[in-house]
Amino acid sequence: MAITLTEAAAERVKNFLEQRGKGVGLRLGVRTSGCSGMAYVLEFADEIEDTDVVFEDHGVKVIVDPKSLLYIDGTELDFGKEGLNEGFKFNNPNVKDECGCGESFTI
Amino acid sequence: MALLTISEPGQSTAPHQHRLAAGIDLGTTNSLVASVRNGVAETLPDADGRHRLPSVVHYRADGSVDVGEAAREQAADDPLNTIVSVKRFMGRGVDDVKRLGTELPYEFVGGESGMPLIRTVAGDKSPVQVSADILAALRQRAEQTLGGELTGVVITVPAYFDDAQRQATKDAGKLAGLNVMRLLNEPTAAAVAYGLDQQDSDGVIVVYDLGGGTFDVSVLRLNQGVFEVLATAGDTALGGDDMDRLIAEWLMREAGIQGSPDHGLQRRLLQTACRAKEALTEAEETSIELTLEDGRDWRGTLTRARLDEIIEPLVKKTLAPCRRALRDAGIDRGDIGEVVMVGGSTRVPRVRAAVGEFFGREPLVDIDPDKVVAVGAAIQADILAGNKPDDEMLLLDVIPLSLGIETMGGLTEKIIPRNTTIPVTRGQEFTTFKDGQTAMALHVVQGERELVEDCRSLARFELRDIPPMAAGAARILVSFQVDADGLVSVTAREETSGVQAHIEVKPSYGLTDQEVENMLRDSMEHAKDDMEARRLREQQVEADRVLEAIQAALAADGDEFLDADERAAIDAAVEALRAARGGTDHRAIKQAIENLESVATAYVDRRMNANIRKAMTGHAVDEFK
Repeated sequence: MAITLTEAAAERVKNFLEQRGKGVGLRLGVRTSGCSGMAYVLEFADEIEDTDVVFEDHGVKVIVDPKSLLYIDGTELDFGKEGLNEGFKFNNPNVKDECGCGESFTI
Repeated sequence: MALLTISEPGQSTAPHQHRLAAGIDLGTTNSLVASVRNGVAETLPDADGRHRLPSVVHYRADGSVDVGEAAREQAADDPLNTIVSVKRFMGRGVDDVKRLGTELPYEFVGGESGMPLIRTVAGDKSPVQVSADILAALRQRAEQTLGGELTGVVITVPAYFDDAQRQATKDAGKLAGLNVMRLLNEPTAAAVAYGLDQQDSDGVIVVYDLGGGTFDVSVLRLNQGVFEVLATAGDTALGGDDMDRLIAEWLMREAGIQGSPDHGLQRRLLQTACRAKEALTEAEETSIELTLEDGRDWRGTLTRARLDEIIEPLVKKTLAPCRRALRDAGIDRGDIGEVVMVGGSTRVPRVRAAVGEFFGREPLVDIDPDKVVAVGAAIQADILAGNKPDDEMLLLDVIPLSLGIETMGGLTEKIIPRNTTIPVTRGQEFTTFKDGQTAMALHVVQGERELVEDCRSLARFELRDIPPMAAGAARILVSFQVDADGLVSVTAREETSGVQAHIEVKPSYGLTDQEVENMLRDSMEHAKDDMEARRLREQQVEADRVLEAIQAALAADGDEFLDADERAAIDAAVEALRAARGGTDHRAIKQAIENLESVATAYVDRRMNANIRKAMTGHAVDEFK
């Protein structure tokens, strides 16, 4: 399995990284919190830890710690618009249930 | 599925936690806090529905503090412990404040760091502490309204504020427990609030800001959605307070009050004046009631026409900075797209009319002139807090006075000229003056004049451990960095060895706007003297350099290459140059230098040939190919 990005998401990430002027890639992860158990982490990565798992898709490095990978392996990161708002979406096959807003989930 | 945005490392928010951000207009007379909620920026009212928080703090002996209306109510009864218009003292030195102090009821005492302290029953309070009490009240209001802790705030400052005043404002924010993400110039905030950045066409915008205590006029250019502040001018000692004072003086004359009234009556006079002025925004005349020192009530009437006459000198006084800002920006009145009115005093009908006449167009007055700055700050805070997917708006500001360093002869070398947009980094290379020089003193100055003694000294520091080299061989890069808040840091680095020294400029006291103005005016008035002075100093420095070089050469090999006559001729030319160097005629010095150089030509040639011969001796010709 792996983590993948849609082309739209990859373009955006590359663009953001360029504007930011530094960073080696994108860190995806989960942490426990939120109304439905788990919450996604989506951050710029400035360094890669020894234990990290690194994927590369559409020229973007995606960095995941091994613990988080258990919960999000197979995820496709997408970028989309909803009205005036735009942002990233996790299409995570592991998710059994998520809260109404989708910011947190359980597996 | 919710849409997520990428956070900085470690900054991911917990679900449902929108970052709460607020914009704060910390005003001389009133302050406001605004926030973007559901995509709309609006000022936040208190429980009683009041948006404006009077910038008044009242200290009690038991240490409790009132802020706002509650404090203002104490002003008449307890003037010594009720601090108003504290913004005027922000970042000012004791001497500056004492000069203002004669008109103020407070007792100022000098603090240890040169910061003025106001004596109250609750102890000595610095302007930063008083401002922090105002900010803390706004913070509490915002957190109660928004239902959470504020991630960060944007505080607005007059475009005129210098480093010390900006630093003092930031310190006040920190003291109030706020994360100050950015200081934003008030005119820029006003233009943002009007959505002038949403316009299709680019244009020039003038912001006329007549508040309670300060007047600012700014010329902004909107260029592809980016605001650039082309020029600012103003007067920090001009505003609605001054109108009140003029009206109060008129009241004293009308009511036959002799001598100087006590503090309580002073307060009542100013409050009555202010109420009359506000009433005349709508009405053509208003009646006045005033309780005198002996308890008698005095009654009178003030008409709009009379008010216009009373305040006319102040209105006129605002137009000179308008002219200056346009000139600095290189803008004709015909090029102006919009004029934005900011500050409660722009409600005064005479002010609106005068501004309309001056700029030849109707000023924008649709947004409440008291709220417009806070609204713009809230929009900017929302972006800075990371609640927008993109930083869609980049704001540029300018520095009010040139920054530079002192060079040989007490001359100013400007490194960043005034009205340069910030943030900015600029560097210039300098070198050593003497052989074997291992240290260099750097003197950071601010101002427009040519001579250092006429500019303001900001900081001094030394670059040490420069490796010994011939004069002129060292390459010392002095770079100035001015951040988005206008705070300056300077680094000097010797490029060949990498040694460096760094200083952050945090002046202990600020420059009053009057001083900024005077410095600008002086630089124009003395332009010619300055040019002469610069030429003289330059020639003196050049003379010193030539003298130094020729003395070193003569000591080394003068006897070897010169016969007695030649030596006498050179010595005479050296003496002549020394004499000219002591005078004040730069042309005479230049002539003496040229004379010495021509007399010494043969000697210099001989030395050079000998040196080349020495260098080449023992080497094959091939080696020089």
